[in-house]
Amino acid sequence: MYGANLLRLAALGLLVAFLVSPHTFAPVFAPLTRYGAPPIYDQGDLLTLALAQLATVCCAALASTLVAVGLGILVTRPAGAQFLPLSRTLVNIGQTFPPVAVLAVAVPLVGFGEKPTLIALFAYGLLPIFENTIAGLRSCPPAVLEAASGMGMSARERLRLVELPLAMPLILEGVRLSLVINVGTATIGSTVAAKGLGEVIIAGLLSSNTAFILQGGLVTGLMAVLLYDGLRALERRLFRAVRLD
Amino acid sequence: MIQIEGLTKQYGATTVVDRVSFNVERNSIAVIVGTSGSGKSTLLRMINRLVEPTAGRVLLDGADTRSEPAHLLRRRIGYAIQGHGLFPHRTVVENVATVPRLLGWPEARIRSRVHELMEVFQLDPGLYANAFPHQLSGGQQQRVGVARALAAEPAVLLMDEPFGALDPIIRAKAQEDLLGIQRRFGTTMVLVTHDMDEAFHLGERVAVMSQGRLLQYDRPAVLLTHPADPFVARMTGITDRAMKLLALTTAGEAALPGGSDGPRVASSASLREVLSELLWSGAASALVLGEDGAPRGQLTVAAILARGRP
Repeated sequence: MYGANLLRLAALGLLVAFLVSPHTFAPVFAPLTRYGAPPIYDQGDLLTLALAQLATVCCAALASTLVAVGLGILVTRPAGAQFLPLSRTLVNIGQTFPPVAVLAVAVPLVGFGEKPTLIALFAYGLLPIFENTIAGLRSCPPAVLEAASGMGMSARERLRLVELPLAMPLILEGVRLSLVINVGTATIGSTVAAKGLGEVIIAGLLSSNTAFILQGGLVTGLMAVLLYDGLRALERRLFRAVRLD
Repeated sequence: MIQIEGLTKQYGATTVVDRVSFNVERNSIAVIVGTSGSGKSTLLRMINRLVEPTAGRVLLDGADTRSEPAHLLRRRIGYAIQGHGLFPHRTVVENVATVPRLLGWPEARIRSRVHELMEVFQLDPGLYANAFPHQLSGGQQQRVGVARALAAEPAVLLMDEPFGALDPIIRAKAQEDLLGIQRRFGTTMVLVTHDMDEAFHLGERVAVMSQGRLLQYDRPAVLLTHPADPFVARMTGITDRAMKLLALTTAGEAALPGGSDGPRVASSASLREVLSELLWSGAASALVLGEDGAPRGQLTVAAILARGRP
């Protein structure tokens, strides 16, 4: 546990140090360049790009969460059960339709920039949240639900006071998964001029600069891993007491 | 008082509960007993409208239970179930405070009520107030479940196999506690069980159900001596019905004047226990002692045997 924390801290330190002062790391990346190409991305600020990508991902995740949790609640109510197959199909399409193709379809409709990326990430992130919401709501022990109704909770009170709190760890796990998948996926947004680390990777591909590709990839990867880890630690703190038996 | 009138529940073509009528007197315990699939749980759940009846009605102190929204009705009726159904994400105090919170009681009143109930149910608030359900033993969980059901001072308490998940020793203790609670709060109770001994022990009146129909609703002794139906006789048990009859009477009730140098028994002991004690010790009679330890009279084997006949 102690060692793992140390590793996390080291990774975070490394990421922050690189983003704040990338040129300190120039000697590390220099061997990867040829013909005197710059070892560190020089057409934009790495920190700004990383934050822009995170912001895009978080906005998309927020929208995915609202829609997926809402749908998950709807289809687990008796009145909404008939919408389960339809909702599941739609959400599955969102996951199986490649984000690149979503971008291609979205650009003619909403133009270049952040918007098509947001749409692609939104659709791509629905599935884990939706399925985990359903799994969480269904995992509530029947005796607990029976007791909640028997105590005199209305359907809404039961949802708010019992079902959602009990489903929350699984729902948050879905959000976490969705976020992490999308931190990586968001790099493709740069193909349609959304600000992000994809820009660095694409610049590396165009100029055959392996150092750029590696920088974009490593920063994205580190952000994803640290986000996943940080959110899990947060969940553990919040739900230490909750255990289903 | 609970009046159940012609209560019927049908799911499609199947009738689960078929025109059941009976009354439960205020401050008494009625037990519904039957095999699985007899409709006893459905009948209980129709009283607090967790199941809506197809026909018939339930009156609580004269008022039709359909005269208010179901969830508001349920806040006035305690409900405890097998496996307790405690909220795993809430502490003992929060669990017990559920219904008072729903009713919007002032915080101070909730606190004092929860405290009172924890004392009554032998849960030291210092130790268990902030414990979560999974940190408690099975018997403690069950007590919290009943405490939660009683928190808003309901006049009626419904229980569906509340002791089903407990081992025999804790179960016997829980039954005694329940009788104590009933005497203390005067709650009208309806309890569902499949265990005839539990029914006879707890119920002032016992309703025997089979295939959705109420076969007989009577005092335990009457069910034993005058079963209305061969099924009732089978449920109550034919081979040991004399012993069961003895189990319904306490030594205090049956004691005759006089002294004895035989074994000493408590007046709260059942005649079945006294007889067993006499057989074991080989004595001809036993001395009955009151709660204060003073002799109350004596019981001979012959006197006990006479009580075991219809």
